[in-house]
Amino acid sequence: MTASEATQPGLRDRFIGWIEQSDRRIVLATVAFVYGVFAILVILEQGLGLGTVNSIFGAWRTITFLFAAYALLTLALNLHWGYTGMFNIGVAGFMAVGVYTMGLLSTSPDALSGQGLGLPLPIGILGGMIAAALVGLVAAIPALRVSADYLAIVTLGLSEIIRLSAGSRTLSNWTTNTFGAGTGGGSGMDLPDRPTDFIFNSSIGESIADVFTVDVPRIDMLLFEFGNREVTLISSSILSDFVWTFVMLLVLAGVYWMVRRIGYSPFGRVLKAIREDELVAQSLGKDTRRFKIKVFMLGCALMGLAGILWQGSQGFANPNSYRPVVTFYAFIALIIGGSGSNTGSVVGSILFVGLLFEGPRQVGAIISARLNLADAPGTFDGAVAPLAQLDVTPFLAYAVDNIAPLQFVLLGVVLIIIIQKRPDGVLGDRTETAAAIDLHKEETNE
Amino acid sequence: MSDATTTPPAETTTETAATPLRVEGLEKRFGGIVAVDDASFDVKAGTVTGLIGPNGAGKSTTFNCITGALTPTDGEVYFQGEKITGMRPEQIANRGLVRTFQIARALSEMTVLENLMLAPKAQQGEKLWRSVVPGARQGVVDQETELRERVWETLEFFEIDHLAYEKAENLSGGQQKLLEMSRAMMTEPEMLLLDEPMAGVNPTLEDKLLDRIHSLREDGYTFLLVEHDMDVIMEECERVIVMHQGSILADGNPDEIRDNEQVIEAYLGEDI
Amino acid sequence: MARFQLFSEDSETPVVDAIRGRVLLTLALGVAVMLLLDLLAGLAGIEIAEFGGRTLGGEIELSTVGKRIWTGTIVGLIFGLAGIGLSMTYSILNFANFSHGDLFTTGAFTGWGVALLVAGWGVGDAGYLLLARSGTGPSSTDIGASIIASPLAILIGVVVAAVATTGVALLADRFVYRPMRDRGGIPLLIASIGVALALRSTVQFVYGPQTRGVTGTEGIERTDFLGTGLSVDLHQVTLLVVALGLMIAMHLLLQRTKLGKAMRAMADNKDLALVTGIPTERIVRATWILGASLAGIAGFLYVLERGTMNYNVGWFLLLFIFAGVILGGIGSIYGAIAGGLVIGFVHEVSLIWISSDFNAAAAFLIMILVLLYRPEGIFGGVTTA
Repeated sequence: MTASEATQPGLRDRFIGWIEQSDRRIVLATVAFVYGVFAILVILEQGLGLGTVNSIFGAWRTITFLFAAYALLTLALNLHWGYTGMFNIGVAGFMAVGVYTMGLLSTSPDALSGQGLGLPLPIGILGGMIAAALVGLVAAIPALRVSADYLAIVTLGLSEIIRLSAGSRTLSNWTTNTFGAGTGGGSGMDLPDRPTDFIFNSSIGESIADVFTVDVPRIDMLLFEFGNREVTLISSSILSDFVWTFVMLLVLAGVYWMVRRIGYSPFGRVLKAIREDELVAQSLGKDTRRFKIKVFMLGCALMGLAGILWQGSQGFANPNSYRPVVTFYAFIALIIGGSGSNTGSVVGSILFVGLLFEGPRQVGAIISARLNLADAPGTFDGAVAPLAQLDVTPFLAYAVDNIAPLQFVLLGVVLIIIIQKRPDGVLGDRTETAAAIDLHKEETNE
Repeated sequence: MSDATTTPPAETTTETAATPLRVEGLEKRFGGIVAVDDASFDVKAGTVTGLIGPNGAGKSTTFNCITGALTPTDGEVYFQGEKITGMRPEQIANRGLVRTFQIARALSEMTVLENLMLAPKAQQGEKLWRSVVPGARQGVVDQETELRERVWETLEFFEIDHLAYEKAENLSGGQQKLLEMSRAMMTEPEMLLLDEPMAGVNPTLEDKLLDRIHSLREDGYTFLLVEHDMDVIMEECERVIVMHQGSILADGNPDEIRDNEQVIEAYLGEDI
Repeated sequence: MARFQLFSEDSETPVVDAIRGRVLLTLALGVAVMLLLDLLAGLAGIEIAEFGGRTLGGEIELSTVGKRIWTGTIVGLIFGLAGIGLSMTYSILNFANFSHGDLFTTGAFTGWGVALLVAGWGVGDAGYLLLARSGTGPSSTDIGASIIASPLAILIGVVVAAVATTGVALLADRFVYRPMRDRGGIPLLIASIGVALALRSTVQFVYGPQTRGVTGTEGIERTDFLGTGLSVDLHQVTLLVVALGLMIAMHLLLQRTKLGKAMRAMADNKDLALVTGIPTERIVRATWILGASLAGIAGFLYVLERGTMNYNVGWFLLLFIFAGVILGGIGSIYGAIAGGLVIGFVHEVSLIWISSDFNAAAAFLIMILVLLYRPEGIFGGVTTA
């Protein structure tokens, strides 16, 4: 972003070529690009001031958190769909299994809504992943029997059954009476605090927070005169969120490492072969059923984990957070990046979160802050009628006021365009050779 | 090609070694249609046997029944003395009976190298944990290094090494046929079933393919091939089995088949 | 249509399949008998002690059962009507159209916008009415869009729902599906998810996010309808009549007209249809027109019966519609209708036995089981429409 502007094409091409040399550079460049875009967007919205730092970090916090969450989901989905060709659109359901199992195991028995067994959190997390994998095993049986579009409907139905069960008051009451743990039904379930929160609830947290609180005169060389008062550059709630997000990024790195190893292995090779032509894989002696079951369970466990780290870190679980639309978001992220590619999954997640998910809201905020729009009309007719007099302001105000549906229109349109024009994703047709070693003939490498 | 060519199928003294494949009373119905009707034949070790017949004679269905892609309605298939009827395709392939397809089924998004690396049996790295866990992976890497050598030898043997890095979908129809055969060879089979290996192959490549089949037979491999090209069948096969309307019409050496009245009738108008 | 993996399926022995089928059938029959016993005992007011402290029977009113069956029929007709189009696109265009529910929504909103405009002419501001009561204005009772007060408005609403939905579907086909006709089921399915998102959100953007009441209800309730003792509302009767009429019309169209025969041929075998010279693009267009019209009208009628709507209405019903189509066997419009009715019954009648938390889950579960064990549908897999 920064270097590609205002330079000659030669330099620009060389820059892009340099980035494309390694996957790490592609990912980092995309992150930097999205961070840069958001810094600019926030400045455009608020102008430049000391408080802007906090706002920029606030925006970065949101996109980093969502990026980590979607990247985890997308990598798991890529195992199913990208590698093996199993069209699972029940992602939200597997997330719910992870989160709710974690809650049932680890939420305090005295919670206000919902009730858990109060077991240690690691047991809850592990239990959530195992439960998701086991539900995945149940769902893998259809994966062996039916074609991709049927599997889509089966998994979607399963995910809705899971959501409805989680939201069932009757079931919750029954399990609470029988096992001492219940989901709380439609009113949701309290979840354990994030394990990183203790940092900011202690003296360590205060001293960390102090680092980001500055006396203004010390920096009025850089900025304008503000008077002698303490200004919080980054609020401790943002810092606390960043610490948790950092944990998520570590997990993401681990998962990325793992799926990459799977991709570059004979196991991944068989998965790809199943995607391309299952009968050929069978005719070469591969027991494709075992591979499909294994990878389906693994992917589901990762979806459970992603759910726990993401939705499960919010302190509260609500069945409505697991509507099928979450699955579609993950699919959009995967398809943007290019299904079948792990690096593409990560890049797609950044682009999805930055440009499609958070970006439009930020742009809407800028428009409403900068354009000095009049009160937005409450209804569509109020917005459209003035267009006859070529007055676009009410329409713009209405659009900004209703940015959420417009954003979904955008999501839908982007999905259609990508699947039509660029089914291989933004990174294009990549060759990620499925082998544990470099297959070049030279005996020298590895 | 050292591994694949210099290690011919092990020889045993029993009769099953002499006739690795036996098909007895094979029958396959689809609804009311009988595609294969009481077909019995066998294939002798180290031979190239042709399976011919007009369109719809039931050749491909027979193939599919032998290799487990379809379950026969009745009858038995024995491979090296073992009953393989009703087994799953991978079980049959793992016993050394490997097939290719009538319309080449290359794994199109995978490179030629990946296609071949896929084929070898019992790879350590096909275990999920071995591929991931750091210590265990070394064994996988070592095996991959060995396989790579064999893959390159096989590619050179079939003279498609210049295409190694291409995605399979970018190959011509004939090249895909070569790819399929080299992929099948990578499984170290005992016997190969080739479904129309020459279909859609240009004459130059066809010669090359026949050449490969020849030299593999010299090495002791057994072939059963379905083919439409009569010249190929008559020149290359020691033995020809003729199917017609699902049944075996004739079984003998090429000269016998050429003079067989029934066969001529079945192919009415066609030049044998 | 090889929806199955032919090979892994074929390699299992037919005997095992038959046994499994028998076991399942026995199981299903057993459950059905138990439920029936429970119902009969309940009607008779007897309680029979059962294992685990549960009891059979208890108190069930006959009128409750009748009411459930009636609402089950009504909802089932909606699923069936909407399912016809879904089934046709599935068999003729070869993909599962996930935007079908939002076509349903499109019909509901456009149809009701115009119906309210007609019914409430002069009562409220035109924009308010046309946007189906978006913003502030007279209540739905004041507008009084009901089959009694303004049958013309309802009729016009039905027509507009059909026309507008068809227009949207044809646009989607032109710009989304047609350029990727040969790309296979899954890319088309994904594209249809994109269409679904875009369409639903457009409805939300234009009509607003709130759930609104649209029908007038004065004089609609008839207790003791035609001496049956059932309390029936006339909007349900309207729905029944229109839905049945449309289904019969579809039947005649498919059986008697050249177009219908061509469509059936194409549903059966696309390649054959191409060879025999049926102009496929024309068939595709006819499929969209018929399917979308029925979906739009179904949406309109569903809201007529419900009284309220929001932009999610069709999306929430999509899975039920799929369930009906799958149950009846994809590709058969009679199957879609019958399957829709079964799902409607399951959804409503199951409430006699299970909590309302689970009636939807029960419908989805049946759908999954049918997909796994009888993917050709429960009515025997006759795909000819």
